[in-house]
Amino acid sequence: MRFNTATSPHDHSQNKLDRLMLHVVLALLPGTAALYWYFGWGVLINIVIAVAVAWISEAFILLIRQRPVFTTLKDNSALVTAWLLAIALPPLAPWWLTALGVSFAIVFAKQLYGGLGYNPFNPAMIGYVVLLISFPLEMTQWLAPVSVSGESLSLQQTMQIIFFHQLPVDGWDALSGATPLDKIKTELALLKTIPEIKTDPLFGYLGGRGWEWAGFCYLLGGLYLIYKKIISWHTPVAVLSSMLFIAFVFYLFDSEHYASPLFHIFAGGALLGAFFIATDPVSSCTSSRGKLFYGAGIGVLTYVIRTWGGYPDGIAFAVLLMNMSAPFIDYYTKPRVYGLSKQ
Amino acid sequence: MSKQLTINRGLHRFNGGIHFADEHAESTRHVIASLPIPDKLILPLKQHIGETCKPVVSVGDQVLKGQLLAESENYISAPIHAPTSGIIIAIADHEVPHPSGLTAPCIVIKTDGEDRWCEREPIPDYRSMDRSHLRNLIRNAGIVGLGGAAFPSSVKLNPGPGRTINTLIVNAAECEPYINCDDMLIRERAVEILHGVDIARYCLKVKQCKIGIEDNMPDAHAALQKAIKETGIEDIKLVVVPTRYPTGGEKQLIKVITGLEVPKDGLPADIGIVCHNVGTLYAIARAILHNEPLLSRVVTVTGKGIKQPRNVEAFFGTPLSELAKFCGGYTHDVSRLLMGGHMMGFALHSDELPLVKAANCLLAGTPDELPEPGKPKPCIRCGMCEQVCPANLLPQQLYWYAKAKEFDKTEEFNLFDCIECGCCAYVCPSEIPLVQYYRYAKAEIATKVRKREKSDIARQRFEFRKVRLEREQQEKAEQMQKRKEALRGSDDNSKQAAIQAALERVKAKKEERAKTQTE
Ligand code: SF4
Ligand code: SF4
Repeated sequence: MRFNTATSPHDHSQNKLDRLMLHVVLALLPGTAALYWYFGWGVLINIVIAVAVAWISEAFILLIRQRPVFTTLKDNSALVTAWLLAIALPPLAPWWLTALGVSFAIVFAKQLYGGLGYNPFNPAMIGYVVLLISFPLEMTQWLAPVSVSGESLSLQQTMQIIFFHQLPVDGWDALSGATPLDKIKTELALLKTIPEIKTDPLFGYLGGRGWEWAGFCYLLGGLYLIYKKIISWHTPVAVLSSMLFIAFVFYLFDSEHYASPLFHIFAGGALLGAFFIATDPVSSCTSSRGKLFYGAGIGVLTYVIRTWGGYPDGIAFAVLLMNMSAPFIDYYTKPRVYGLSKQ
Repeated sequence: MSKQLTINRGLHRFNGGIHFADEHAESTRHVIASLPIPDKLILPLKQHIGETCKPVVSVGDQVLKGQLLAESENYISAPIHAPTSGIIIAIADHEVPHPSGLTAPCIVIKTDGEDRWCEREPIPDYRSMDRSHLRNLIRNAGIVGLGGAAFPSSVKLNPGPGRTINTLIVNAAECEPYINCDDMLIRERAVEILHGVDIARYCLKVKQCKIGIEDNMPDAHAALQKAIKETGIEDIKLVVVPTRYPTGGEKQLIKVITGLEVPKDGLPADIGIVCHNVGTLYAIARAILHNEPLLSRVVTVTGKGIKQPRNVEAFFGTPLSELAKFCGGYTHDVSRLLMGGHMMGFALHSDELPLVKAANCLLAGTPDELPEPGKPKPCIRCGMCEQVCPANLLPQQLYWYAKAKEFDKTEEFNLFDCIECGCCAYVCPSEIPLVQYYRYAKAEIATKVRKREKSDIARQRFEFRKVRLEREQQEKAEQMQKRKEALRGSDDNSKQAAIQAALERVKAKKEERAKTQTE
């Protein structure tokens, strides 16, 4: 009897690229649901716009680059990029803002570098930072959580705002609010102390109201990814513990002017960043030891930018800065080959 | 005897590896069966690492079971014996199980079914014998590592001058999840394995022995414990190691048991360790105590493509199709046939190939079990390959450089420490056939080295020739000089005489020519 041949190994694990990416989206669902709960339809509309634009722009550039369109789209990496960016944007961001950010992420930050695997920076974060720098006003117009403002917009109203910029009758002010991190930053500048600031209804038990629940959901999703061996624990643990540590040091030193470590973890994009953004394989370090340094760098930089920098949250900048240092870290954290002496 | 027979704590770990779901159960349900003597045995002249053997029999010869068929003078080689009695009907090229799918010289025996032995001289009292004589007997019995490497065992029983061995490690950890021929062998023949251990210890002058056995082999563990008590053989410890592929790899097992690493480019003997597989030790015991050369082996016939997976003892040279037939034949959806396990085994294009010494497993897989490789996608630098690499390499970097044909770089990144275990390719989410790239790079480097050696030889020849020519020229010049001097220095008489002689020579030639013309 004759048989077909192939080379070893003859089997493969179930974690393949497209499934991996799909799992990431799956793990984002609880966090997305929490955002929807607190911030309304805008969250979902953003995702729809982002995903559609991501697919269209990726297909477009693949056609120009004469690469297979369908097989590339099928790897689901554009989906993840779009999703991550969408949930990082203000829920009522105008449609063109989302579209611009996503297409920039896909076209410039990913495909022009050669596509998946060749991009030195995290595309979603490039998209985010480009928007933040170019449209600071739109990017900081956050919505107050539904439970704080008491206002909830219908799907139709939300669409009118996003697509046609038609504000509801009682205007923008009733809806919008600063993010908790933003609030802390501005109020600290007004010489208030942290305990005073925290009496604002914007703050919840640990972080911002609503935000903390989303953060908690990201934490769950991240643990699921670790359990499924889709991400390794090294990066998130390093990000969070370094952030906890530095925040703890300053908190001990002066708790009036430095927010508590847990606040830092549960506010803003810390948990999303630690589990979903810093773990982007392409732009981070490869070795386990390297991931520890890389993650620690992100944690510390985020804290530094939040506390002393010009922006309320620093995850995006911290990730991009560490992306730049990743090859360097990789070079110095090469594992010791079996049988090579220990020096 | 020391109190504690089994050790399962204080073990070490090697980097990476993969824990597979247990594929053990299927083929361990039945005892080892002996395959009936097939009509024809096809014995490749090379079934080991080292020099190919030369036949010492010719076509038409009647041979007896255990009779020497082929051997080599070379130290690193292993002779081939007749597994049963019969007639040599051919010595010719035949397809052999090799990744290349090529043919190789084989001796073909038509069996007579009588299984008549040649004369034997068992040595029950080996401890009174000279060690080198014992090693010679083992070498002449054609014994090679039966774990899959097929390296001549007698070489590994000789630590060589300047090396002291302090531990014999017995590898009873299966190499791959599907394979369980060692497990079954221990369950059924533990006492003889222990005799083999003792012979090996005597040859190596070591006292301490550790048997590394996986934690999913409780029956084998019990059998060994019982056998140790029965035989009263001392200084043997059973080390229960966690089942994690590739613990059965020699370097990995040594690390797990001792915490030591075999130095790069070195041998286990460099750190005082020698490692033998249980099957090999069993064969050694048979060779010494019964004077039986290596004629057969236990092989796991398994996979979803085989109707009744089980372990079978069969003669070398048995066509693999016979093994499959004996195990109930193939299922209708069998798609791939492997020699070895699903991680390191190689795919055979046919089952009309003979069983060889290195074959520990015949795996007939279905598409669902051994899926077709997917389309490779770009490397996303996820580092999963690195996390599972038991050699602590950087598989993604090796891939990068191999793909870019930067072979110097691959060597710099320790390509040759890759044991081709396949862990990296197994986990790579982008389904890149990483191991294929490493094999390619290794082959390219080997060809380059060979070329360089050749050109080195050529250059040496050229230089030698140049030197010779120069020397010859110099010699010529010297002679000329001498002659000139001789001429100058001689008197007129001698000059005259020389001229006279030359004239005479010319005259003689003329005459000769005239003569031939007249004739
Ligand atoms: S596992 Fe595959 S995709 Fe990941 S780094 Fe290694 S080679 Fe690249
Ligand atoms: S095949 Fe080589 S590189 Fe890949 S995991 Fe095994 S030893 Fe490491």
